[in-house]
Amino acid sequence: MAGYVKRSRQTNGHTASKGGTEESPFFKWLLITVALLFSILFLLLPLVNVFAQALSKGWQAYWTALSEPDAWAAIKLTLLVAAITVPLNVVFGLAAAWAIAKFDFRGKSLLNTLIDLPFSVSPVVAGLMYVLLFGLQGYFGRWLADHEIKIIFAVPGIVIATIFITFPFVARELIPVMQATRSEQEQAALTLGATGWQTFWRVTLPSVKWGLLYGIILCNARAMGEFGAVSVVSGHITGQTDTMPLRIEKLYQEYNAAAAFAIASLLALLALLTLGIKTFLEWKQERDYERAQRAAESYEDSTAPTSREPEITAVRSQP
Amino acid sequence: MSIELKSVSKQFGEVAAVNNVTFSVNEGELLALLGPSGGGKTTVLRMIAGLEVPTEGDIYIRGQRVNDIKVQKRNIGFVFQNYALFQNMNVFKNIAFGLKIKKWKSADIKARVRELLELLGLEGLDKRYPHQLSGGQRQRVAIARALAPKPSVLLLDEPFGAVDAKIRQELREWLVRLHHDLNVTTLFVTHDQEEAMEVSNRIVIFSRGNLEQIGTPRDVYEQPANEFVARFIGVMNVLELEVFKNVGRAGELQFPAPGYADGERIRIGFRPFSVQISSDLNQFPYQAVVRQTYFLGVMLRLELELESGLLLRSRMSKEEYANLALYDGKKVSLQIRNYRILSREHEPLGPELTAPEKSSLFVGEGI
Ligand SMILES: Nc1ncnc2c1ncn2[C@@H]1O[C@H](COP(=O)(O)OP(=O)(O)O)[C@@H](O)[C@H]1O
Ligand SMILES: [Mg+2]
Repeated sequence: MAGYVKRSRQTNGHTASKGGTEESPFFKWLLITVALLFSILFLLLPLVNVFAQALSKGWQAYWTALSEPDAWAAIKLTLLVAAITVPLNVVFGLAAAWAIAKFDFRGKSLLNTLIDLPFSVSPVVAGLMYVLLFGLQGYFGRWLADHEIKIIFAVPGIVIATIFITFPFVARELIPVMQATRSEQEQAALTLGATGWQTFWRVTLPSVKWGLLYGIILCNARAMGEFGAVSVVSGHITGQTDTMPLRIEKLYQEYNAAAAFAIASLLALLALLTLGIKTFLEWKQERDYERAQRAAESYEDSTAPTSREPEITAVRSQP
Repeated sequence: MSIELKSVSKQFGEVAAVNNVTFSVNEGELLALLGPSGGGKTTVLRMIAGLEVPTEGDIYIRGQRVNDIKVQKRNIGFVFQNYALFQNMNVFKNIAFGLKIKKWKSADIKARVRELLELLGLEGLDKRYPHQLSGGQRQRVAIARALAPKPSVLLLDEPFGAVDAKIRQELREWLVRLHHDLNVTTLFVTHDQEEAMEVSNRIVIFSRGNLEQIGTPRDVYEQPANEFVARFIGVMNVLELEVFKNVGRAGELQFPAPGYADGERIRIGFRPFSVQISSDLNQFPYQAVVRQTYFLGVMLRLELELESGLLLRSRMSKEEYANLALYDGKKVSLQIRNYRILSREHEPLGPELTAPEKSSLFVGEGI
């Protein structure tokens, strides 16, 4: 949603200020300088520093830090978690967005609120919720132990916590785009004989594809980067339940800064990549949206009432 | 009988969008659903298509009751008001959509799409996307897409609403030709009475969910079922008369009004064609001045001011105008040939009456 609606508003605001009062050049440059300095100081510099630190002992050390078995295990676990979490959240997100955008039902606003829950709950609390449910002392702990199923302090726990944390990303991106897709396109597909499924695959999904991809990469970035919730449920077993963020933290605590930054640089790369793709997708989505708008415009223009000969009631101009 | 609606009603919560509507459409007919916006026209179309379920009543397509048949199985072609083209598909894929769904062979699909592109004058546009088309082209793509699977009925919602006035005229003629060529039963919705009159075989007139009248353009113009229809179709002069001694008066105009009490007010209506004009000031009983002349193609509309200040509308051909040597400001005499007494809006109208000579009104008055 963020990219979709907010950006077009920004454009509006921009043109409005241009046509409005001109600020003094000094004030304008002051603002720009402050904003730039701030971004460089707090955003760009630390990021660059991550790479600088990672390579502080040379490429050789960098490579060793990454290929060391525990680091490698953490990378593999992170990829595995993302590979499970993202597809599941795509399915959940599509279903939830579809339900909210296309149907009216009891509990719709509840569902809408629930989707945002992971945004408002602290990740640590999210992790604890699952410990309380599935941990040894938890509600299902006894039963799980009896059946020798391990969730907490094991990979399933990490996956579940990550699913929770990343749940909103796909749904939140999709809801506004789905609402914007004129449901008439879907109805047109139905009148042409398409079933609900065919309509979904051939009409709905293609028209929300950029929003969906956008949601997916955000979801993926968070799935790989999540620390808090995962930290609570993982148990920090080196080589087994350490994801990349957990591994980074551990190395850092062990005063192995170079190794910590080596892995951190991978996550930072992922972040940069995500940002790049996100920008591209936003651009794509906006373009499609504008096209759709333009296509609809000619319709709006001409629905003004046609000139019908006005009927007169004979009037009397003098008594 | 291609389509039949029997006592069909549709409620949207509290809103009664369609009230107990019954009518039928003949095979191959071109029928207009006409009425002011909010009258329930779109809802009727959507119920026929199966996009909306009637609250009450039955709908038949080619004799089969379709209430419980899904939209996908009704074999109708539907053209949405804003066309609803698939934005992510080019023209070819839009038109081919229904055929792919019906699992036509790809060679057959190609042939059929080519045929439609040609029929609708869309050659060379098959690779374009909807946003690269003009309004008129989009409309034709939407019609081609609806026609592709050879529907038994074609339903169009305000097909001319979305194009500008100039192309609209062309499109009307084009729709008539297309209908003539394909002979597929066609229902189209419009709020423009001229459009309905010009294009359709018959017109169904709706207002506020009620079917007011169904008939040929000529029927509804000449024999309007009620005042609503009379005023909605064409132009009407409406006068309020005050009755005194069985004569209704408005200014110097007088009409017989037997059976009405003294002081009672009644309204009458008459078409511009009923206002007969002569350059000979003595030929007709009332004197008037031509105030304004509007040229509407081959026809003219005149605004006439009577001596009492009443304004009337008249209509005539250019020829007639020339014969009478009229111009703005010219004095003429006039009479009103036919008129109707108007009752309440949706009640049946009385018969058309013929105004007697002025002098005959006064028979017996002096007694
Ligand atoms: N889906 C709907 N939900 C609620 N009310 C509706 C819906 N569709 C139409 N209506 C109402 O039904 C009435 C008729 O609408 P419609 O059939 O669109 O009229 P028309 O096409 O003649 O303009 C209107 O009052 C409209 O507000
Ligand atoms: Mg409508």
